[in-house]
Amino acid sequence: MKEINELVRKDFLLELRQKYAINGILLYVVSTIFVVQLCLGRVIDENTWIALFWIILLFAAFNAVSKSFVQESAARRLYYYMLAPAVSVVLSKMIYNSMLMLILGLLSLLVFIVFMGFPEFNLALFLPSFTLGCIGISGALTMVSAIASRSGNNAALMAILGFPVVVPLLLLLVNASRLSLKAMVPVTDIVKSISGLFLIDVVVVVLAVILFPYLWRD
Amino acid sequence: MIKGLWWKLTGLGLILYSIVAGQMIEVPELPVIHQTIRNLFYHVCMWFAMFTMFGTSLVYSIKYLTGNKPGNDIMASESVYNGIFFGILGLITGMIWAKFTWGDFWTNDPQLNGAAVSMMAYLAYAVLRSSIDEKAMRARVSAVYNIFAFMLLVIFLGVLPRLADSSLHPGKGGNTSTMQGLDLTMRLVFYPAVIGWIIVAFWILQIRARKRRLVQNVNQINK
Repeated sequence: MKEINELVRKDFLLELRQKYAINGILLYVVSTIFVVQLCLGRVIDENTWIALFWIILLFAAFNAVSKSFVQESAARRLYYYMLAPAVSVVLSKMIYNSMLMLILGLLSLLVFIVFMGFPEFNLALFLPSFTLGCIGISGALTMVSAIASRSGNNAALMAILGFPVVVPLLLLLVNASRLSLKAMVPVTDIVKSISGLFLIDVVVVVLAVILFPYLWRD
Repeated sequence: MIKGLWWKLTGLGLILYSIVAGQMIEVPELPVIHQTIRNLFYHVCMWFAMFTMFGTSLVYSIKYLTGNKPGNDIMASESVYNGIFFGILGLITGMIWAKFTWGDFWTNDPQLNGAAVSMMAYLAYAVLRSSIDEKAMRARVSAVYNIFAFMLLVIFLGVLPRLADSSLHPGKGGNTSTMQGLDLTMRLVFYPAVIGWIIVAFWILQIRARKRRLVQNVNQINK
C-alpha cells in the first residue's frame, strides 16, 4: 500500500515538473474541439456529439497514457524492480493514469459544453458510465503501453495493440450515453449498462495484476 | 500431439461426408435464405475451428508463462496464425452468404464488427511478435497479449452480440437460437462437419509446428 502511494505521488510530481506533457494534451483536446466547432458549427445532433466526444477523449487518452512506461529507462526499471513488487508498480500506474484521465475527461467535457452545448443527459447514468469508462480506458491502455514498451517501435504498436482493446469499452460507453439521452430510462437498463462497464474494468485490472509481473522482469 | 494416421483420415472423411451430404440432403424451405442455408456447413465450421485454434493458443500461452518452455511458444504462435487463417475463411464465406441473403458483402451487424475487431487483435499479435527481436522476451510479451486477445474474442463474439439491440445473426440480439431452428437431417451433417474441420485444423497446426521446429534446428546447425 505504502509503495503504491509513493509511486503515484512520484508520477504526479514528475508530471507537474515537466508541464509540457499535460499542457500539450490539454491544448490538443481544446484545439481538436475547436476545429470540430469550426467544421460542423455549434449545433450538432446528439448522436454526433456523443461520437465526437468519445473519439476525441480516446485519442487524448492514447497520448496521455502511452508515455507511462516509455519514459522509464532500463536503469530506472531495475531500480523500481528492487524497491517495489510488480503488482504495486502496475497498480500505481493504473491509479495515476485513471486520475489523469478523469481530470482530462472532465476538462474536455467542460470545453465541449462551452463550444458545442450540452445535450440533456440523464446524469444518473451518464456520470457513472463516464467515470467507469475513463478508468477502464486508462487501465487497458496502461497495460497496452507496458506491452508496447517492451518492443522496438513503440508508437505504432501502441496504436494497433490498443485499438482492439478499447473498442468494447467505447461501444459500451456510446451505448450508455445514447441511452442516457432518453427522457425516462428504466432502472434495470441503467444497472445493465453500468454493470457491463464495471465488469470490463474489473477484468482489465485483474488481468493486469496477474500478467504484469511476467512483463516486468527481464 | 497425437501420432498416427487414423485421426487425420477421420477428419478428412467427415469433411468429405459433409460436403457430399451437404449438397444432397433436403433442406427446409425458409424465406430469404432458401438454398443458401447449405453454407451453414462451411461458414459456421470455420468459426468453430478458429475458436478452437485460439483456445489452444491460450492454453499454450498460459503453459509458456508457467514453464518458460520454448516449445509451448511455438505451439501458441502457430495456433494463432492457423486461427487467423480459419477466421479469414470464415469472413469470406460469411461475406458471400451475406451478399446472397442480406444483399451486401458487409452489413453493420454486431457479430460482423466483433469478428473484424477480434481479427485485428490477432493480426496485431503477429505484428507484436515480429517487432521484438529477443526470443525469450518475444515469447513472454506475446503470451501476455494473447491472453488479452482471447478475452477480447470472448467479449466480441460471445457477449456483445447478445447484448445488442438487433442482429441479423440467429441467437443474437433477441433472435432465436440456431440450434432450435435446425432440423434433424441438417444436424446430422452439421455436427460431423464441425468435428471434421476442427480435426483438420489440428492437423494443419501439427504440420506448421513441425516445420517451425525444423527451421529452428537448421538455423542452429548453420550457426
